Amino acid sequence: MRGHMPSSPSIRTENLSIHFGGHAAVNNVTCAFHPGELTVIVGPNGAGKTTWFNLVSGQLRPSAGRILLGERDISRLAPSERAKAGIGRAFQLTNLFPKLSVLENVRLAVQSRARQGGRLFARAAALTGLTDKAMHYLAETNLTGAAALLASALPHGDQRKLEVAMLLAMEPDIFMFDEPTAGMSVDEAPIILDLIARIKADTSRTILLVEHKMDVVRALADRIVVLHNGELVADGDPGEVMALDLVREIYLGVGAEEVA
Amino acid sequence: MAQTTSAIGAAVPNSKAGRTFAGRVTVYGLVALIGLALALAPFLFPDVRSQEVAARICVFIVLVASYDLLIGYTGIVSFAHTMFFGLGAYGTAIAIKTMGPGFEAILLGGGIGIVAALVLALLIGLLSLRVKAIFFAMVTLAAASVMMVLASQLSDFTGGEDGITYSIPKLFAPATELLADADGKALRLFGVALNGKLALYYFVFISALVLFLGMLRIVASPLGSVLQAIRENEMRAEAIGYRVVVYRTAIFCIAAGVAACAGILRAVWLKYTGPEVVLSFDIMIDILLMVVIGGMGTMWGAVIGVVLMTLAQYYLKDLMALGAEASSALPIVPDLLNPERWLLWLGLCFILLVYFFPAGIAGTLMGKGVRR
Repeated sequence: MRGHMPSSPSIRTENLSIHFGGHAAVNNVTCAFHPGELTVIVGPNGAGKTTWFNLVSGQLRPSAGRILLGERDISRLAPSERAKAGIGRAFQLTNLFPKLSVLENVRLAVQSRARQGGRLFARAAALTGLTDKAMHYLAETNLTGAAALLASALPHGDQRKLEVAMLLAMEPDIFMFDEPTAGMSVDEAPIILDLIARIKADTSRTILLVEHKMDVVRALADRIVVLHNGELVADGDPGEVMALDLVREIYLGVGAEEVA
Repeated sequence: MAQTTSAIGAAVPNSKAGRTFAGRVTVYGLVALIGLALALAPFLFPDVRSQEVAARICVFIVLVASYDLLIGYTGIVSFAHTMFFGLGAYGTAIAIKTMGPGFEAILLGGGIGIVAALVLALLIGLLSLRVKAIFFAMVTLAAASVMMVLASQLSDFTGGEDGITYSIPKLFAPATELLADADGKALRLFGVALNGKLALYYFVFISALVLFLGMLRIVASPLGSVLQAIRENEMRAEAIGYRVVVYRTAIFCIAAGVAACAGILRAVWLKYTGPEVVLSFDIMIDILLMVVIGGMGTMWGAVIGVVLMTLAQYYLKDLMALGAEASSALPIVPDLLNPERWLLWLGLCFILLVYFFPAGIAGTLMGKGVRR
C-alpha cells in the first residue's frame, strides 16, 4: 500500500484493545510505524485517538494486545519506564508544572533524560550543563524571554510551545503530539508546525500526530491512519486515504464538499 | 510576534517581583536573626526556662522542616511524623536505660531508632504511596496509633504512660566543668558558666543546624526539583520519566530518618522520653500548625513557624497575666486577659495569621501565593 517502506518498525501495536465496562474504546488495533515517518492519526471525536495514545505512552493499560518498541514488549511498563525507553509525549490539554518556572519545566525534562533526578547532594542550579540545554530548547521554541516566568503565567499559545519544548528536551525516538496546535492563534501555529517539520528532518525519528486541521495534515503527513469507533478503518498515503468514500463519510460527515 | 507576547507577559509580574524581593529580604533577615539568637542563646537568655525554649525550638525546626519536605515540597500528607520522632527518642532512651549513660548507648540506640524509622517508612511508602493521598494519610494515622498503643502497652521496655527517665553522658551534666578556673570552678564567659549544660545545648544546636543545612541542600538538589514537579503535576512527572512512587518513597524515608534524628536530640536534652513529649497527636498537630503558619514548601517557614508557635506556647500566658494585672482597674478586660483563656487568644492569632498570610508567613512574603 505504501510507496517507500523503510526499515523495521520502531513502534507497533498488535491487536491492541481497551474496554471501559462493555465499551471498547480501542478495539483490536494493529499498526506499525517506522523511523523517518510522520503519521497523522485522524478520526471524529470519540474515535479513540487519545485513548490509543494513552495506551502507547502508558497512562492506560491495555485490556488485550501488545505494544512493541523495536522488539521489546512495553505493554506492562509504567509511563516513566516508557519515557526512559524513548517514547515522548506532548499532551492535548496543557499539562505543565504550573507553579514552577518555564526554565524549570524544561530543565526537569533535560534532567530526566540525563538520569540526574536521583542526585541528592548536588545543587540543581549548579548543574549548568542541564540549564544550558534547557535554554537551548527554550530558544528553539521562541520562549527564551519567558524563561523566568511561572508556567501558569504564560498565555495559552506559549504554554503549548512549552509543552513542545519539554518533549524536545526528552530527546525521544518516538514523538507523540496530541493536537499540538489546538487553541493556538493563526500566528503561533506555524511556529509549532515548523518545529515538527524540523524534527522530521532527522530520519531516525518516528512522529505520531493527532490532528484535526486539514491544512496541517496535508502539509506534514507521510501517511494517515483513520480511527473510527476505536477501530482502525484506513491506513495509507494521505492522498489515497482522504479520497476514500468511507473516510469522507465518517471523518467529515455528510458535508464532504469541504474536503476539496 | 511570540517575542512580544513573552515580553508583555514578563512586564506584568515585574511590580510583583519588587514586592517579593522585599519579602525575601524580610524572611532571610528574620531567619538570620533567629539563627543568631539560637547560636548565642545560652549567653543572651541564660535562665533555665529560656534554655528549654531554645532547645525545643532547635529540635522542632528539624522536625517541622523534615515534615515540610513531605507536605510542602512533595505534597504528601502524613500523620506519622511523631511516630518517627518517637522511634529516635525511644531508641535512645531504651539504650541508655539498659547500657548506661554513654555516647555509645546514644549512638547505638539512636542508630537503631533511625534504622527502624527508615524500614517502617519504606514499608508504608512502598505499600501505600501508590494510593490516593487521602488513603495514604489514613494509613499513616493508623500506623501512628498502633505505635502509641505499643508504647503504652510494652511498658517493660517503654515505661508505658510514665515513660523513661535516665541520665545522659557525664560530659552533659551541669556539674561538669569544660574549663576550670584557678579555684577549680567552671570558668565563666560573659557570666555564663562553661559547664556540661552549655555543652549539651551546643550539641543540640549544632546537630540541628547540620540537619537543617542538609535539608536545605536536598530541596535545592535535582531530587528536590523532581519532588516539586511531583507536587505540581504527578502525572506529567511520570510522563517525562520520573518514577513517582520511587521518589515519593525516597523522600518519605529521608524525612522519617531526619525526624528520628530530631527524636534523639529531644531524648538527650530532656533526659526523659514518654508518649506525651514525643508521640502524642498534640505534637503532630503542633507540627502541622507550625508548617502552615510558617509557610509550606519554603524550609524557612519551618524556622519562623516553630519560633512563633513555641514562643506563644511558652510566653503568651505570662504576657496575658501582665496584661490582666495592668488592666485590673478596667471592667471586663482583665477577665478577657485571664491567663486561663490563653488558648482562645492563640486561636484568634492563628485565624488572623491564616487570613493575612494565606500561604504562611514565609510563603506569602516570598510570593509563593496560594496553592490551587
